[in-house]
Amino acid sequence: MTDLPAQHPGQKKLGLVIDLDLCVGCHACATACKEWNTGGHMAPLPDFHPYGAGVWGVWFNRIHSFEEGEGPGARTVHFPKSCLHCEEPACVTVCPTGASYKRAEDGIVLVNEAICIGCQLCAWACPYGAREFDADEGVMKKCTLCIDRIYNDTLLAEDRIPACVMVCPTKARHFGDLGDADSPVSELVAERRGRDLMPELGYKPVNKYLPPRRERMVEARRPLALDPVMAEPERPEGIGDRLLRWADRVLSR
Amino acid sequence: MQPALSIVFFTTASGAGFALLMLVGLGAPLGLLPQDPWFGFVALGTAVVLAGGGLASSAFHLGRPERALRAFSQWRSSWLSREGVVSVLAFVPAAVFGIGWVFFGVTRGAVGLCGVLAAALAIASVYCTGMIYASLKPIRQWHNGWVVPNYLALGLMAGLLLLDFLVRFWVGRATMAALLAVIAVAVAWWSKERYWRFIDTVSALSTVETATALGSRGKVRMLEPPHTEENYLLKEMGFRIARKHAARLRRVARLAGFAVPALLSLAALLLRGGGFAIAAAGLAVIAAALGLVIERWLFFAEAKHTVTLYYGAASV
Repeated sequence: MTDLPAQHPGQKKLGLVIDLDLCVGCHACATACKEWNTGGHMAPLPDFHPYGAGVWGVWFNRIHSFEEGEGPGARTVHFPKSCLHCEEPACVTVCPTGASYKRAEDGIVLVNEAICIGCQLCAWACPYGAREFDADEGVMKKCTLCIDRIYNDTLLAEDRIPACVMVCPTKARHFGDLGDADSPVSELVAERRGRDLMPELGYKPVNKYLPPRRERMVEARRPLALDPVMAEPERPEGIGDRLLRWADRVLSR
Repeated sequence: MQPALSIVFFTTASGAGFALLMLVGLGAPLGLLPQDPWFGFVALGTAVVLAGGGLASSAFHLGRPERALRAFSQWRSSWLSREGVVSVLAFVPAAVFGIGWVFFGVTRGAVGLCGVLAAALAIASVYCTGMIYASLKPIRQWHNGWVVPNYLALGLMAGLLLLDFLVRFWVGRATMAALLAVIAVAVAWWSKERYWRFIDTVSALSTVETATALGSRGKVRMLEPPHTEENYLLKEMGFRIARKHAARLRRVARLAGFAVPALLSLAALLLRGGGFAIAAAGLAVIAAALGLVIERWLFFAEAKHTVTLYYGAASV
């Protein structure tokens, strides 16, 4: 049923916390996601015209880059975006077939591909662009929070985390239970004032974004030490230079 | 939003068909329409072909049309599912009403009651179609109070223009349908102009700052997109129409969809009867059909999705 599961206090809400201060925009999480998931629960993640013009394909994780502010206080922010596993996911309630659903036990939003009719209304209903249509199979696909990793007994305990979190070289991605106020991810969100994306729409995303930290700036910037070197004047041509030029001319004949 | 022709045809044709079904289902039992079974056959036939053809067209938008029956299951939460259930349910009393009228010449009593029931379900179906769009929060041009009134008014306009044209063949002169058609065109035109003014002046609360939870250092702008080529999101949600083209198409929609049908239906009303009046009513239907298809295409093309904020859109 596309009705949302009843909510109760302390309910498990698995999700990601993404640190915009640390992300360097390397796209490793997007690549790792594509690699795992093209063989995972929602497999495959097809690519169309992979070797031609106009290549496009299904990805669950995309890394945008923004500039925030102007002048010396401005900075570049790399911004990974995947499904936020919202508490009020309209992508679930608009689904006419029951293919789109939110799991009561951990809050993960999934698609049952076997009954999806490919009407794509869920993609329209998602403000974040988390869902992408598989034009080969005619069904909608989306981030599973690596449900086939996090509950996978055949993996080592430390590997039972989403592929994007595991691969991140700067540890900008964290995975955990955001329904538990004492979990490390919840403490991180509280400490760094983690924020929701588009809170005005009322989807109550579970994933949180940690804003970039304030830089500790020096009062006034001194001129760079390199300046005198750059400004060095040309010296006059000597006898050695003329000799070398003559040798060059003779040898190039 | 990408205007898919299957959806443009579905919403315009089924809107007109269900509105005609509502008018006939109410009008015949009340004795306001010709009671001739052949009239019933033609009027209900037109309504069913338009409504059913529109619904069939919507299946072409599906990735897996063979599973379409599953769409009737989630009526408790989904407007799309409700639309499917209500529109199919409308055909049941419509069939009883049609058989009673066309084969047995009865439009009163239990048969008439079925007509009224079909009318109620038909208009509910158009309401649900409007709600599919009006319930989508990420699209400000759809998630507003003008969308459902637009769908109802535009459907009723198309239905009344069709009904006036059909009635003239049987009665040979203007009836109440002719007057109602003129009023319906005026109301539909007014509601569409209000809608256009609304989307021209109001934009979404969401900005690139709320979309990224950034902005404490100042304005946020896109530096690099995540990919160099298009993707599904940009193809489906990133469709943009040039302001100049939109303005030109609005003028065409205004002219063909409202101004011409208004003049022609008024002329037909004033002429009362005769060949010229029938021709004017018929041309009004054709102009309105063209105008409504363009109007509906624009309804999609001018709609902006919040996901485009992540791809450099200044506002939605």
